[in-house]
Amino acid sequence: MPKHETPLLDQLESGPWPSFVSDLKRQSEARHAKKNEIEYQIPEDVVDDLLGVLELSYKEGEVHWKHGGIVGVFGYGGGVIGRYCDQPEQFPGVAHFHTMRVNQPAAKYYKTDFLRSLCDLWDFRGSGLTNMHGSTGDIVFLGTRTEQLEEIFFELTHNLNTDLGGSGSNLRTPECCLGESRCEWACYDSQELCYQLTMEYQDELHRPAFPYKFKFKFDACPNGCVASIARSDLSFIGTWRDEIRIDQEAVAAYSGGEIAPNGGAHAGKDWGKFDLQKEVIDLCPTECMWMEDGKLKINDKECTRCMHCINVMPRALRIGNDRGLSILVGAKAPILDGAQMGSLLVPFIKAEEPYDEIKEVIENIWDWWMEEGKNRERIGETMKRMGFQRLLEVTGIKPMPQHVQEPRTNPYIFWKEEEVPGGWDRDIADYRSRHQK
Amino acid sequence: MAFISSGYNPDKPMENRISDIGPRHYSEFLPPVIKNNKGKWLWHEILEPGVLMHKAESGDEVYTVRVGSPRLIGTETLREALEIADKHCDGYLRFTTRNNIEYMVDSKDKVAALKEDLASRKHEGGSFKFPVGGTGAGVTNIVHTQGWIHCHTPASDASGTVKVVLDDLFEEFQQMRLPAQLRISMACCLNMCGAVHCSDIAILGYHRKPPIIDHENLENLCEIPLAVASCPTAAIRPSKTTIKDPKTGEDKTVKTVAIKNERCMFCGNCYTMCPALPLTDGEGDGLVIMAGGKVSNRISNPKFSKVVVAFIPNETPRWPTLAKVVRQIVDAYAKGARKYERVGDWAERIGWERFFEACDLEFTHHLIDDFRDPAYYTWRQTTNFKF
Repeated sequence: MPKHETPLLDQLESGPWPSFVSDLKRQSEARHAKKNEIEYQIPEDVVDDLLGVLELSYKEGEVHWKHGGIVGVFGYGGGVIGRYCDQPEQFPGVAHFHTMRVNQPAAKYYKTDFLRSLCDLWDFRGSGLTNMHGSTGDIVFLGTRTEQLEEIFFELTHNLNTDLGGSGSNLRTPECCLGESRCEWACYDSQELCYQLTMEYQDELHRPAFPYKFKFKFDACPNGCVASIARSDLSFIGTWRDEIRIDQEAVAAYSGGEIAPNGGAHAGKDWGKFDLQKEVIDLCPTECMWMEDGKLKINDKECTRCMHCINVMPRALRIGNDRGLSILVGAKAPILDGAQMGSLLVPFIKAEEPYDEIKEVIENIWDWWMEEGKNRERIGETMKRMGFQRLLEVTGIKPMPQHVQEPRTNPYIFWKEEEVPGGWDRDIADYRSRHQK
Repeated sequence: MAFISSGYNPDKPMENRISDIGPRHYSEFLPPVIKNNKGKWLWHEILEPGVLMHKAESGDEVYTVRVGSPRLIGTETLREALEIADKHCDGYLRFTTRNNIEYMVDSKDKVAALKEDLASRKHEGGSFKFPVGGTGAGVTNIVHTQGWIHCHTPASDASGTVKVVLDDLFEEFQQMRLPAQLRISMACCLNMCGAVHCSDIAILGYHRKPPIIDHENLENLCEIPLAVASCPTAAIRPSKTTIKDPKTGEDKTVKTVAIKNERCMFCGNCYTMCPALPLTDGEGDGLVIMAGGKVSNRISNPKFSKVVVAFIPNETPRWPTLAKVVRQIVDAYAKGARKYERVGDWAERIGWERFFEACDLEFTHHLIDDFRDPAYYTWRQTTNFKF
């Protein structure tokens, strides 16, 4: 017998897509059946009361979680999101419902024994509800009470050899695509760079010292599977600067219809016979490809590495060998000043251990932002307010056409005094000697 | 329930304390076929919806079966997912950025049994637990935020809106018949914990009423200068007002803020800084639909999503208008776009005036940008328009 009637939520149990309501009910039943024979450290009816408060929100169209709550583990300023229900008498099981962010292994590969031990811990000390994974990439433990926070942290670090992720005005948990582990398009080892920078900047991850949040995301190629260009303050996108490798026999096999284009991604509809001219050459944004004597030619110097031809013919075209990454700065969602896409700062940098060159770029940017950034100002907004030139100055990067879509359309150039011969101090008497009043 | 300690001693918090150890190294968790061929993959193929094959230089192959998940999952379902990995994949699995689970096996003859097993598992209410799909030119899992499940600023629920949209688009998740991939994202407020602002279709929770001012508690809950500074449109100013003291019943003057309602664009930033300025409202809250964004650099540059429907009410529990509008956009796109063309590229090619026609959406004054500089760049400065 459920603790709360949920007539509205029950309607979300039908339909083919996995029902989170069915999932919550299943979790509630298992908890009451004491399936795992453990002494729950938070209320047994936590999931029932979550269903109850959610039903209330569905009825009223209003949220019932209180604003914030300052809770955390000793010595960390991030990793825990305090959450309290604003109807604690009605739903005591979720009166406290804090979230913990657990730093996920790069690209989210797991062995079952590790995840099972996380399940054991979370059944025992939390609600048993998780997000696999949160938007930033962490494993999210959803719902526990204040007195369990240190205990969970102790068990995570002592027994599971793992750590919390970031929240608040700090470095958020870095996230990467699966990169070289299972992708032929990876231009660098995104997992390793993600891991190394996560380890290097543990202090920044756990102790908020920034004006606002700061996100690193790692895409190993310009396809951008972790959306780094749209949502990370520093976006590391793999690229190459030599020639696309061509297997002409495979090109012919695509033309001949022996290999399905785009890895078979369009198999659900009959799009007609594959047309290399129309589907690859004519769609190339730089028009740098053509057929000559039955062979595909590419003027690589004009290629902007958009990936289209490689995506369409993965067996015929491969990324170049001189690989590295581009660094883009300042992406963010609209709050507060409108959405921003990452802007290209470093067109090409090698991604080789110990990644010192990359760390130098990061630290120069941080130093500047921590000095100049206003409270709750993302780096993208600081850049917009102070100008891209300042970013080039603080990072010591030479301005180049790659930095802009087009040069400026207004000539209001802020010349600096030292850039103008003779400086700005002038003598009015000297001027008057040449110009009458 | 008796309190059981893990060994942590609150009197000596530093004793045996371990901190800043970071995540586990990913190499501990890579399936052998992945580990052995890392950095040496040659090409891949989608064998059927939800099933990928990657070929390595060594000749090794890895077969990946991708399944959707509602992201919010209990340990019971997670343990079931692990059992499947133990049974078919030697105890390895991974999650994608879009919250799918991927099961990997090292030979083709293991795929059928795995798929059959996954398809056979259903919740009591009838939904699949582990639906296979989400690859290629189709719809993959909708990334989303917490909504009414856990967040304090949402204007809508996330899990519910995603469930109804994916129920409706389930066939598109299990097939690959669209012109290109179609990425849908949901964020339950403007903070957009995720990248909905660059999605083919974005569902966005939105408030439409300025904050309520809790004069009685504001001074105690908030730093007034921070609340004032938090407003991007300078709608908030410090103020004083007289209220009745709830204890004595007498008039008293309190420090508070005043809000110019007509300047408010309902971003909620003030509420984040000051809990005495709540926004949530059953009538005011609802959804915005955006379309045409993408993050990939393929063919055209990454682009932002554009607002195409200014408001849809929170029609709980199944948001029929939301599901209908998303379906209209998907159907029009499927019909009108060329092979490889993303939603935004299609809209730009035919023109946005045609986009609204094709999708049968009404264009309203709310869709014309009036927010600062970015607005100007979205108005039309040419006579090259279509009737």
